[in-house]
Amino acid sequence: MSTLEVSPASSGPGQAGQFLVNDFSIQVATVNGSGSQTANTVLMRAIFQMGIPVSGKNMFPSNIAGLPTWFTIRASKYGYIGRRKEIDFLVAMNPETAREDVMKLDSGAAVVYDEPLKLSELRGDLHFYPVPFDKLVAPVCPEPKLRKLVRNMIYDGVVANLLSIEMPEIRKALVKQFGPKKAKAADLNWGACQAGFDYASRTFTKSDPCRVERMNLTGGKIIIDGNAACALGAMFAGCTVVTWYPITPSSSLVETMIGYMRRFRHDPETGKANYAIVQAEDEIASIGMALGAGWAGARSMTATSGPGVSLMSEFIGLGYYAELPTVIYDVERVGPSTGLPTRTAQGDLLKNALLSHGDTRHPMFIPASPEECFTMSSEAFDFAEKFQTPVFVMTDLDLGMNNWMADPFTYPEKPLDRGKVLSAEDLDRLGGFARYRDIDGDGVGYRTLPGTNHPTAAYFTRGSGHNDKAQYTEREDDYVNNVDRLSHKFDVMRRSVPQPYVHFAEGAKIGFIAAGTSDYAVRESCDQLQRERGIPVSYMRIRGYPFNDQLDDFIRRHERVYVVDQNRDAQLLCLMKLDLGTELVAKLRSVRYYSGLPIDARSVTEDVIQQEGK
Amino acid sequence: MGTTATPPPKKVNRLGLEVVQYKGGKTTLCAGCGHNAVSERIVECFYDMGIQPWTVAKFSGIGCSSKSPAYFLGLSHGFNGVHGRMPAVATGALLANRQLMGIGVTGDGDTASIGLGQFMHLVRRNIPLIYIIENNGVYGLTKGQFSATADVGSTLKTGTSNDLPPFDCCALALEWGATFVARSFSGDKKQLQAIVKAAIAHKGLSVIDVISPCVTFNDHAGSTKSYSYMKDHEQALHDLDFVPYYEDIAVEIPEGEVRDVEMHDGSHLRIRKLDRDYDPTQKLAALAALGESQAKNEVLTGVLYVDTGKPNFLEILHMTEETLATLPESKTRPPRSVLDQVMEELR
Repeated sequence: MSTLEVSPASSGPGQAGQFLVNDFSIQVATVNGSGSQTANTVLMRAIFQMGIPVSGKNMFPSNIAGLPTWFTIRASKYGYIGRRKEIDFLVAMNPETAREDVMKLDSGAAVVYDEPLKLSELRGDLHFYPVPFDKLVAPVCPEPKLRKLVRNMIYDGVVANLLSIEMPEIRKALVKQFGPKKAKAADLNWGACQAGFDYASRTFTKSDPCRVERMNLTGGKIIIDGNAACALGAMFAGCTVVTWYPITPSSSLVETMIGYMRRFRHDPETGKANYAIVQAEDEIASIGMALGAGWAGARSMTATSGPGVSLMSEFIGLGYYAELPTVIYDVERVGPSTGLPTRTAQGDLLKNALLSHGDTRHPMFIPASPEECFTMSSEAFDFAEKFQTPVFVMTDLDLGMNNWMADPFTYPEKPLDRGKVLSAEDLDRLGGFARYRDIDGDGVGYRTLPGTNHPTAAYFTRGSGHNDKAQYTEREDDYVNNVDRLSHKFDVMRRSVPQPYVHFAEGAKIGFIAAGTSDYAVRESCDQLQRERGIPVSYMRIRGYPFNDQLDDFIRRHERVYVVDQNRDAQLLCLMKLDLGTELVAKLRSVRYYSGLPIDARSVTEDVIQQEGK
Repeated sequence: MGTTATPPPKKVNRLGLEVVQYKGGKTTLCAGCGHNAVSERIVECFYDMGIQPWTVAKFSGIGCSSKSPAYFLGLSHGFNGVHGRMPAVATGALLANRQLMGIGVTGDGDTASIGLGQFMHLVRRNIPLIYIIENNGVYGLTKGQFSATADVGSTLKTGTSNDLPPFDCCALALEWGATFVARSFSGDKKQLQAIVKAAIAHKGLSVIDVISPCVTFNDHAGSTKSYSYMKDHEQALHDLDFVPYYEDIAVEIPEGEVRDVEMHDGSHLRIRKLDRDYDPTQKLAALAALGESQAKNEVLTGVLYVDTGKPNFLEILHMTEETLATLPESKTRPPRSVLDQVMEELR
């Protein structure tokens, strides 16, 4: 991938000639509710428009206004868009955190800050750019009430000046952000940007190394968050019933979907909705509705996060035994409220795989990018109906709520696969059916939908106590036959879930296994280990559960395999232990990151080096 | 050449179906359980009304009452869900297929305790569903614990007395905006028939609270949900007759004696006055009547409230008249041009 990377200046500021071109992180520290989101998005988009690979990560509190927020923009000519641990350029707008933010910086970093905070006294090894934001905002925003919101746009101008971001690109991003209906607001903000730019150009002499230079690596790409990508995926997968309950970080998935469905899923003739979206009273109701709709033949879904899945547990167990299709988007986050509901984690892998009471196993699709959120949505809806079972699509806050650079989505060519559903004509031909009989050897029976116009269509749906004709039973052999068939069905799924991505590095004795958003850090870490230490590392990214023999093969071919988890308890590794023989388990090592921030490459690399004893 | 006796013609309904085609499996509930009588009324009503069984979907939660959908309408799809959450399943299924006629059977534990929240929201949404609460004041399947509809001072078989006031599911449903609220007694065949038929004709949620005694755990002296207690304390609001839309109703109605409520499908509920003139379209009067009867230790039965004007949830959602579940791909997957447009917006 990459051959060279310039390290941040480490021996003090002002080192001539050591530029960090298109390879640095900007952190903006603000207070939430201050309009900083707009300013940050504009900054990120402007860099993107200049053709430089970029990512934006919002670290925000569970609060509406007044608490600290950090937004990190990473520009990387190498295409690394995972979180970068090191901050090269800080914009310190929040008096509460400014001192700590500055003290955490590596030597040589730059700081744009609100002048009254007097941060330059703190350290002598940084580049400081004080800006009198209050003085600058007054002339460009005559309305005092709006100043708090407009003030942040000034730093966009200052940063543009210091980093050589082209102002027309800032302008373009601003217009896109506000849209045609808010042209006046865009103009007001543009004025603030210009004031910042002008102030910087007449006041500062550039001394830090960070700089942006135009490239052509983002042409044709889009910027989208994973939740929106899932929403689009579900819409193009023909989803008709959406039942949900608001929970961070999944709410915007359905809210975005509502917007798209209103635009694109109303009948052009009657104007009526070709779908139903219901905000339920809680997650128990939302999953109950989704399963009821799936039972009745609709493509149904719900979106939630860990606490919601906990509430859904009983129903999903019933869905497993009664064999009901539905798609559950789980945008994972850190554990229970109150605390860190706005921070990311891969906290539900183990729980969801085994969710509910009795013997239960659930398939999971694990996308790592917006593109995969889109494609795996189509696959998940097909899969749920094909296997007649609840399916989890596992994303996380990092993927779901942050903006990502992505390739434009490809239109799904494959017709929808609605699974084994018998029509009235089929029933005429067959003279009846046994709902849970394994005719085809794949463990999946044929079903009928309620309302099928045929006297033999009906069957009775219930939990564990049924024979293959869906009749009530408490017989031991009926129960065992049924759960064994369900187990066989789960085995058949191993080849139907999204298959892993595998890269064997030449001469690699060790390998990584990761899933979801750990991908970005792990790929970068592979490069770091090779470049900095000469250690080749293979990589397998799990994209679906249940696992298959590719997992065994990958582990077998390496001496040690590092399983990367964004949770404390190594949940992905634990799931593997359930499937693997002891000789393979003995090869597994764990790399875990669980601070609530997205995992970064440097942390992974350092952990591996330590465990390798190098 | 011999003669063969012609068998008497089989009795059929207007669809040409026999009553046996409306029956379900053999009940496994206790002999004498009120719930079996309710199942029988459901069979009769759907047969009498000529409802195609395979257009019906049955729903239930968990408990003795919730077992009963297996004992009626065997040619209808059924869904035995989880405890207290039948409303969600029914809501989802009816969203998926709005042509279905939904009937749910629940109990007092399933509705008034574990499922109270879902019951409230079912009412709030006015889901088109017949919702029958088989109310015996006690948990049967777990062998005789009080439910939240047990009256203060009523006793278990063990002698334990209930100290907490009961929820009145009818009063609660009225308060939450229900559009059809009735109470009946499993032993009152004629009244329950008329109510279930009216519920079939109603195109919103029908809440029917049926006092349905538990012969095993709550039919003793000290119970207020026993057969003998109901015999002594049932107070019918009115005499009910149901005249389906497909029958001629050009019969003179004596002035002042009979109220006539026209249902959604054109059927009529004939309400014959007993000792009071009760207007079932007045919500506050219904609440007052319930309160007064409770104070007198009476169990007021009949149609307490009907509102045929309020839209149901499917209407509020502005959904297509077609079945969502079976919409063709051309209607559920937008064309390529839409994806192109969205991608362009995101560039």
